[in-house]
Amino acid sequence: MSTVVNNTTTVTEVKPEKDSYEGKIHPDWCPGCGDFSVLNAMKKALFELGLNPHEVLVVSGIGCSSNLPGFINSYGMHTLHGRGLAVATGAKLGNHNLKVIATGGDGDGFGIGGNHFVHTMRRNVDLTYIVMDNQIYGLTTGQVSPTSMKGMKTKSTPHGSVENPINPIPMAIVGGATYVARAFSGKQKHLVEILKGAIEHRGFSFVDVFSPCVTYNKDNTFKWFNPRIKILEEEEGYDPTDFHASLDKGYMWGEEIPIGLIWKRDDLPSLEELEPVLDEGGPLALRKLGISKEQADSLIKEML
Amino acid sequence: MAKIDFSIGIGGAAGQGIATPGNILARIFARRGLNLNAYNSYQSLIRGGHTFLTIRASDKPVRNMGDTWDVIIPLNQDTMDRHLKHLNAGACVLFDADKIKPGTPSEGVQICPLPLKDLTKGNRLAGNTVAIAATLQMLGIEFKALEDALEQIFSRKGDEVVASNVGIAQAAYDYAADNFTAFPFKVPVVGKGQAVLTGNDATALGGIAAGVKFYAAYPMSPSTGVLMYMASHARELGIMVRQVEDEIGVMNMVIGAAHTGCRAMCATSGGGFALMTEAIGMSGMIETPMVCIDVQRAGPATGVPTKTEQGDLWQFLGAGQGDYPKLIVAPTSQLDLFKTIPELFNLTDKYQCPGLVLADLLISEGTASVDPDELDFNVKIDRGEMIFPNGNGSTDNPFGGYNDESYLRFKNTESGISPRAIPGVPGHIFIAATDEHDEDGVVISDEFTNPHKRQMMVEKRARKMETVLAQVEPPKLVGPETAEVTLVGWGSTDGVILEAIEKLAGEEGIVASQLQIRWIIPFHAEEIMRILSNSKKVIIIENNFSGQFARYLRSETGFDADGHIRKYDGEPFMPHHIVNAVKDQLEGKTNHSVPVHELIL
Repeated sequence: MSTVVNNTTTVTEVKPEKDSYEGKIHPDWCPGCGDFSVLNAMKKALFELGLNPHEVLVVSGIGCSSNLPGFINSYGMHTLHGRGLAVATGAKLGNHNLKVIATGGDGDGFGIGGNHFVHTMRRNVDLTYIVMDNQIYGLTTGQVSPTSMKGMKTKSTPHGSVENPINPIPMAIVGGATYVARAFSGKQKHLVEILKGAIEHRGFSFVDVFSPCVTYNKDNTFKWFNPRIKILEEEEGYDPTDFHASLDKGYMWGEEIPIGLIWKRDDLPSLEELEPVLDEGGPLALRKLGISKEQADSLIKEML
Repeated sequence: MAKIDFSIGIGGAAGQGIATPGNILARIFARRGLNLNAYNSYQSLIRGGHTFLTIRASDKPVRNMGDTWDVIIPLNQDTMDRHLKHLNAGACVLFDADKIKPGTPSEGVQICPLPLKDLTKGNRLAGNTVAIAATLQMLGIEFKALEDALEQIFSRKGDEVVASNVGIAQAAYDYAADNFTAFPFKVPVVGKGQAVLTGNDATALGGIAAGVKFYAAYPMSPSTGVLMYMASHARELGIMVRQVEDEIGVMNMVIGAAHTGCRAMCATSGGGFALMTEAIGMSGMIETPMVCIDVQRAGPATGVPTKTEQGDLWQFLGAGQGDYPKLIVAPTSQLDLFKTIPELFNLTDKYQCPGLVLADLLISEGTASVDPDELDFNVKIDRGEMIFPNGNGSTDNPFGGYNDESYLRFKNTESGISPRAIPGVPGHIFIAATDEHDEDGVVISDEFTNPHKRQMMVEKRARKMETVLAQVEPPKLVGPETAEVTLVGWGSTDGVILEAIEKLAGEEGIVASQLQIRWIIPFHAEEIMRILSNSKKVIIIENNFSGQFARYLRSETGFDADGHIRKYDGEPFMPHHIVNAVKDQLEGKTNHSVPVHELIL
């Protein structure tokens, strides 16, 4: 809930309704694409958290999944391939009152954007990063991605990939992300809860969502994932604040693949909290421009 | 003519501490109201090599390092060996007699050996103090000026350190008086104190005046000074300063911050700029303005990181794939950098496009004195057509905009300028996409690319540039229209060309005029053609090999210059380089001169 002051200075209380996040465009994803579920889960999570669409900024890179900001009714930026996190960081620091959510795919985030991924995590910027991980390059019609499994045959690896994939979960845990989760498009209810936790988390939250590509990835399909997925929240005794246990869980892959909140810590301040420039005065973007006469005189005095 | 005009050169290995005595002397001169210009020639290493700082001061404006030295202070043998031969009669060389052998100077050069060990009483850190004190004695500057400077510098280290340095300085000052012949002039107090700043300081200060709230950078010579200035003043001024993982991240972060409504800025050099260019296109496509400064250095690739060049003009013209409007300006001095940044921010906000500044090592790392009254921070701020929360936005449906089309972020207006809401404003939700999009921001590139809409949006963005030319000052001819020759330069060469023209008139009796170009885009082609078509002979002067500006001028006007003077050895033009080349060209010896830098630095 928030207060909106309009130009006639009347004060209106607003809160989101169930359909407030409905976008004007029907997604252009292939029928059956895992990304539909992620989009729906996001809308649901934002509504259930009571956030208003104009206070949310969704920033993406480029790729199939990065088209998402166009399909949700909130402020959006559809930036450059791999650069969503850098833009999102700038936006969050420019106006830290915005709820900033970055979205994208595995190629966008772990391939071309890998450098920004690493550094955004260590900064612990208060962002939520949702990767729709389909282990393939879809929009370029099916080439190997950083998360493609070894041996996978794609248009750019016709004899099977010989490279090892990235496992983004341990990477995020050691990289400094303070909320690290894995989810699955096929488990939307669980996904909504994971996203709500991520959005509410203060600091950098990362959710790697298995979001199968029904057109180009014939290996890692819904059918492949369904029997392997084990929801951590349904497991007794798993403690996501146990660093070493979280690494073990994060590395698990094969017959059993755990999903859920894998790692979380609440004891680290976010970048915005560590930056004294944001202590008072509100968002930078809304502050008065220029400096005072006293400040100007002091700068000149240093040069005399 | 100037009554007082002298140059001091201080040289040694990197790490020997050239900067400190340089700064002390510059401050002492500026406090007396003298104008000054300092240029440091250095290499890309932390210890060793050869570094040579020239400080020139005068009662008249000083716009470049000049041609000669009156004093040199070699801190090692190498500097003595390199520079002694360039001294003319009347000059002097001050050096540590215990360590350095003078060699054979030209006739009339005064050799001034200082018994450093005796004078410093074993304080090895006080060598610079001795050199400065002796120099000031030779220049007829009263001891009090140095005493005040030493007190200011060393006060943090306690009274004992101050007293020790003042004592050593007094001994050196007296020693010079007893043993050397002072210059025939005494450097007077000519007016009120001048501010001393580098071009990088001026760039940061210009951003501060413009209201920059977000500054990001990746360290890169010779632009790092802007980052250091911003970082050291960030907290007191409320500016977010971030060092980012690479220049790609820098530009994307800057655009993210700018998109929320901040004035956001970054500086880099050519290599970093190359990494930024895709994102500069994003600024153009989503119409989110920002300002980026390229402090050019000698390229390509890593090139010569500590040397100057004007080699990035065409990189700027072609920055970012595709065809979109951007603004490009090449400031002509340190003070001009300060004044240009706020001017450019106003234009980028108004026209919602990238604003790019072509500076270079010469003016950005170069030091100048500026009348403090010229450093006016109370600048005009024009944010253009922006919609802020609690301001001019309609909020009938706070979640409206994107869905109900009550607001079109990229509206196809007559001017091409569309009112720009920032995220957070109720009732103005939109998406900014780097894909081609419709007026409402909806991407048209994916499903049904519509050629008519694409054409409309290309034209909408391009149309913004139709009115911008009138917003910037046309270049002016300096000197008579009947001059024998018109010298055309752009950006940082302003000062040295002007001085060359004074020398041509004074020493050679040649009347030359100057046309210095600041604005590259928009380009005052008509006015430039009006001036040049009336000129008897036109010579273009630039710090690059291929004549990048000459080619640009031709592309925009069809004009071919009569001659060219180009330098691409890493060092800036000195006035005599231009004087000699102009003489050669007027005598018909050549129409393409490449001056040779006599000093091996």
